[in-house]
Amino acid sequence: MKEDFEPRIIGFLCNWCSYAGADLAGTSRIQYPPNLRFIRVMCSGRVDTVFILEALKKGADGVLVAGCHPGDCHYQSGNYKTHRRIMLLKKLLGQLGIDPNRVRFEYVSASEGNKFAHVVTEFVDEIKKIGPNPLKEKKK
Amino acid sequence: MSDNKVGAVLVIGGGIGGMQSALDLADSGFKVYLLEEKPSIGGVMAQLDKTFPTNDCSMCIMAPKLVDAARNKNINLLTYSEVIDVKGYVGNFKVKVRKKPRYIDEQKCIGCGNCASACRLKGRIPDEFNLGLSKRAVPYIPFPQAVPLIYTIDPDHCLYIQKGKCGDKLLCKEACTADAINYEMMEKEIELDVGAIILAAGYDKFEAGIKSEYGYGRYKNVLTSIEFERILSASGPFEGHVVRPFDEKEPKKIAWIQCVGSRDKGCGNNYCSSVCCTYAIKEAVIAKEHLSSIEPTIFYMDMRTYGKGFDAYYERAKDEYGVRFVRCRVSEVQEDPGTNNLRIRYETEDGELKEEEFDMVVLSVGFEPTEGVKELAEKLRIKLNDYGFCETSELSPVDTTQPGIYACGAFSGPKDIPETVMQASGAAAKASGLISSERNTLVEKKEYPPEIDVSGQEPRIGVFICHCGINIGGYVNVPSVVEYAKSLPNVAYAEENLYTCSQDTQKKIVETIKEQQLNRVIVASCTPRTHEPLFQETIREAGLNPHLFEMANIRDQCSWVHMKEPEKATEKAKDLMKMAVAKARLIEPLPTISLDVIQKGLVIGGGLAGMISALAIAEQGYEVYLIEKEKTLGGNLRNIYYTLENESTQSYLESIIKKVENNPYIKIYKNAQIEKIEGYVGNYKTTLKNSSVKLELQHGIIVVATGAQESIPKEYLYGKDERVITQLELEKRIANNSFSFNHETIVMIQCVGSRDDEHPYCSRVCCSDAIKNALKLKEKNPRVEIFILYRDMRTYGFREVFYEKAREKGIIFIRYDIEDKPIVQKNNGGLEVLVKDLILQEKLLINPDFVVLSPAIVPRKENFELSKQLKLPLNEDDFFLEAHVKLRPVDFATDGIFLAGMAHSPKSIDESISQAYAAASRACTIISKKEYIAEAIIAAVNEDLCSGCGVCVSVCPYDAIELVTETKDGNEIRISKITEAFCKGCGSCAAVCPSGAIQHNGFTTGQILAMIDALGG
Repeated sequence: MKEDFEPRIIGFLCNWCSYAGADLAGTSRIQYPPNLRFIRVMCSGRVDTVFILEALKKGADGVLVAGCHPGDCHYQSGNYKTHRRIMLLKKLLGQLGIDPNRVRFEYVSASEGNKFAHVVTEFVDEIKKIGPNPLKEKKK
Repeated sequence: MSDNKVGAVLVIGGGIGGMQSALDLADSGFKVYLLEEKPSIGGVMAQLDKTFPTNDCSMCIMAPKLVDAARNKNINLLTYSEVIDVKGYVGNFKVKVRKKPRYIDEQKCIGCGNCASACRLKGRIPDEFNLGLSKRAVPYIPFPQAVPLIYTIDPDHCLYIQKGKCGDKLLCKEACTADAINYEMMEKEIELDVGAIILAAGYDKFEAGIKSEYGYGRYKNVLTSIEFERILSASGPFEGHVVRPFDEKEPKKIAWIQCVGSRDKGCGNNYCSSVCCTYAIKEAVIAKEHLSSIEPTIFYMDMRTYGKGFDAYYERAKDEYGVRFVRCRVSEVQEDPGTNNLRIRYETEDGELKEEEFDMVVLSVGFEPTEGVKELAEKLRIKLNDYGFCETSELSPVDTTQPGIYACGAFSGPKDIPETVMQASGAAAKASGLISSERNTLVEKKEYPPEIDVSGQEPRIGVFICHCGINIGGYVNVPSVVEYAKSLPNVAYAEENLYTCSQDTQKKIVETIKEQQLNRVIVASCTPRTHEPLFQETIREAGLNPHLFEMANIRDQCSWVHMKEPEKATEKAKDLMKMAVAKARLIEPLPTISLDVIQKGLVIGGGLAGMISALAIAEQGYEVYLIEKEKTLGGNLRNIYYTLENESTQSYLESIIKKVENNPYIKIYKNAQIEKIEGYVGNYKTTLKNSSVKLELQHGIIVVATGAQESIPKEYLYGKDERVITQLELEKRIANNSFSFNHETIVMIQCVGSRDDEHPYCSRVCCSDAIKNALKLKEKNPRVEIFILYRDMRTYGFREVFYEKAREKGIIFIRYDIEDKPIVQKNNGGLEVLVKDLILQEKLLINPDFVVLSPAIVPRKENFELSKQLKLPLNEDDFFLEAHVKLRPVDFATDGIFLAGMAHSPKSIDESISQAYAAASRACTIISKKEYIAEAIIAAVNEDLCSGCGVCVSVCPYDAIELVTETKDGNEIRISKITEAFCKGCGSCAAVCPSGAIQHNGFTTGQILAMIDALGG
């Protein structure tokens, strides 16, 4: 069953680094699995934990948040704040019975097209292993 | 004044310096022609992987500048062009420019790269951007982020151009769906009228093969530092894997050899290239980060990490990354023919001959004048200096020998990125000062139709979906996405275009908005990062607010990355469409926030930097308040009597003070204390206490130029014996003839309080100052014996030549180790200095008449207060911290406040002057306009929902939010207030607000949740 499971992943990409890195993957024609649906935000610091919870609630199998590398944040420190929030959220998710690995935070810079593709590929594989979001199954 | 002056400037060179000059000028009301000989702007910085000392990704920090330069209406990019001839006079030059044919129509090319993929010689032409480490096709862009993103056919390699025939047909022409390829294209001559010229033409790297003893060109694993930079780059030939290019094996031991083509009379370059020490450390650290098994060794003569934060970087490289530093001069590199490994022969400091094997050798190549510099100098009638770089002088660091022509960056000598950026802004200040009467005469200001009020209207969304030739259409079924879009709620209209970005489609979009009465527009095509402004402009022309626009990126992040799965790519494109529609239904017009600007400046600090900044702002025609806490102007320069290059700095100082005092635009307040500063960019109010009177000043910008000071030495008997003095004290005595020149022996000790635990940074100027005073003493009395005890001689740039001269004059340099500092003691009334000579490996005893110390330059303690008053950050050494160490060296993160001189970090006179002009240039980008347009995508507080918890206040990186107490219905309540002028629109506050009271305009919680919900599970 799990083999033909195609995860649905929502990604939040910061405008200045990770979105640019994802664009570079495109201009370099680096191929990665088509499971990601991305939302551009100005800063990874904009990513409210409510967005992540809502995505999981609506049945997304994984949520990726990507921001600038430490020190590179266009807004000084948004990336750290979100990284910390997500670490906290992951602890809570475990307590709620949701695999914390469904949520991933990554640093991707504007020159890391390869890394972006790699992160998506790896995450899709990981989510395939974890299996579909149980909240989605319940809904059905 | 306006005797035929022209309000335009030609900037020659499109590297980071040229771009900075161009942006400053264009933002201050001048037309700019930015000329670059290569097909793309970007210069050397585009080739770098990371930048020191913060390891920022070079391309990431530069790309926004590339885009800004390309988008700016008042910057005319002349790429792939060269200057033929310059005529005219100051304020009115006529420049003839040759634009070489790209053989690809700039108006039609969409940068898709189909021509390159189709080219018969694809993968066979050495790619110069990667220094031949990879191969490209004949049609090429230098690098993926090239600006303009237009291909060029390399005429030297094109079979059709060279031989008139390319197989049976022109594959590139066939592949180009935009019909952009034109082999008939001829070169064009253009004539420009400009008021001033800025030379930012950069430098060349030393030809490493000339130093044949290092084997570059002969041995496969000997590379140059710039080649290594490309190896490190994620977008380089090996995608950032550290490998030997020839066998793609991972190296274990890598050696960097410093000063290749620098500090070397033999190859004709006796100057220091200033940046190689720090870039070698960077490369070693990054290599180690990429591959932890690497063992990096740097072979150097003096470690010249003299810049802000560089010494800390050096220490970290040693302690945290295990980079090994060997002080020596490498005599020879030999290859082991079996393994292609390299044996380095070198002599250690104490004379031992050693040999060591490495897998790879990186040569830290120095700076040389550009190849075309002589020709350019002849055309412009400017002088070159002894080293072949553009001649400038210490007191006029951005002036060439020709009035009206300015120079910046490495074109006038080796420099790092921040120095280049400072000079670039400085040159812009000089150029615009010259033609300030012509401000706003040639710039374009576009008029738009009045904005249609869409409030209360049901959304009528128009969707335009791009095929991008075959770039999208070849993989995504565009017609099916159009049909799908039509089925989505509130979509009133949907169509497909071959190229949505083309000129004719823009017209069509405007017409369609009117015909269909659309009030929201979505374009599904490439990335908003490059194209959103274009489409926003288009909908403004149709009377819509530019924020009633949304983009779906179905190319860069869809069709291009799922080329083998067209069905899934189509499915993804539909989802992205659905999400964009969900957001577009909720988007609202955002107002342009414009703030009135008080077109006056305030400069804090009446030293050299402050005075120059004030003068430069006044030259542009704006009033300036200059505040000095002392009773006289001049600051530290009052204590400097001569320099290595100038005999009398005091007469220069007098002339500057006179200019400042006589300038009708400058109002000076001496003995003045700042009591309070309030406000924001464009609108500051400063309360001054001037003796007993209180004054209120209003101004639009602030320049912080509060300087630094010499510390008081705590060691070496200073203060306990009057024969132990500081360099400044010695200089004063020499200048007023109170120093006896009959002394026999003088010892100078460097790094007194610098580069130690208390002040871990280098004070930058002391090495040159010691040499300056030593040479002066030698000049007065050639028999005097002078010993300079140092740790590393940091006579960077052309200062190196004076170091050489000092050695020629017999001044003795003895290196000491921080662990084994010299000892100064009294013996029978005489002074005794004991120092361990590391070459002889024995203690030397010197009996000097005088000991002269080089104390650290330390920040002023007033910095703390000012930093609190203005909410400006200090770095760990308590100097002011700029917005970005590389690209915004004179800006603070707070808009409207700028930084100049030693308040930033220790620096020399010429560097202070450059930075002072730079601060003026940056300041004028604001006060040259009557209004300041603030970011529209900012946060707003819904006061009814705000509970006054203050979480937002603590997360805001710009101190844009404060908690205020208000009375509502008789009750005192606390609510958050956002100062719009401070907000940069990151949305961090909206993400943490527990009450949902903060809205992030353009990215509201409702909009993002709608996108998530639209997607479903």
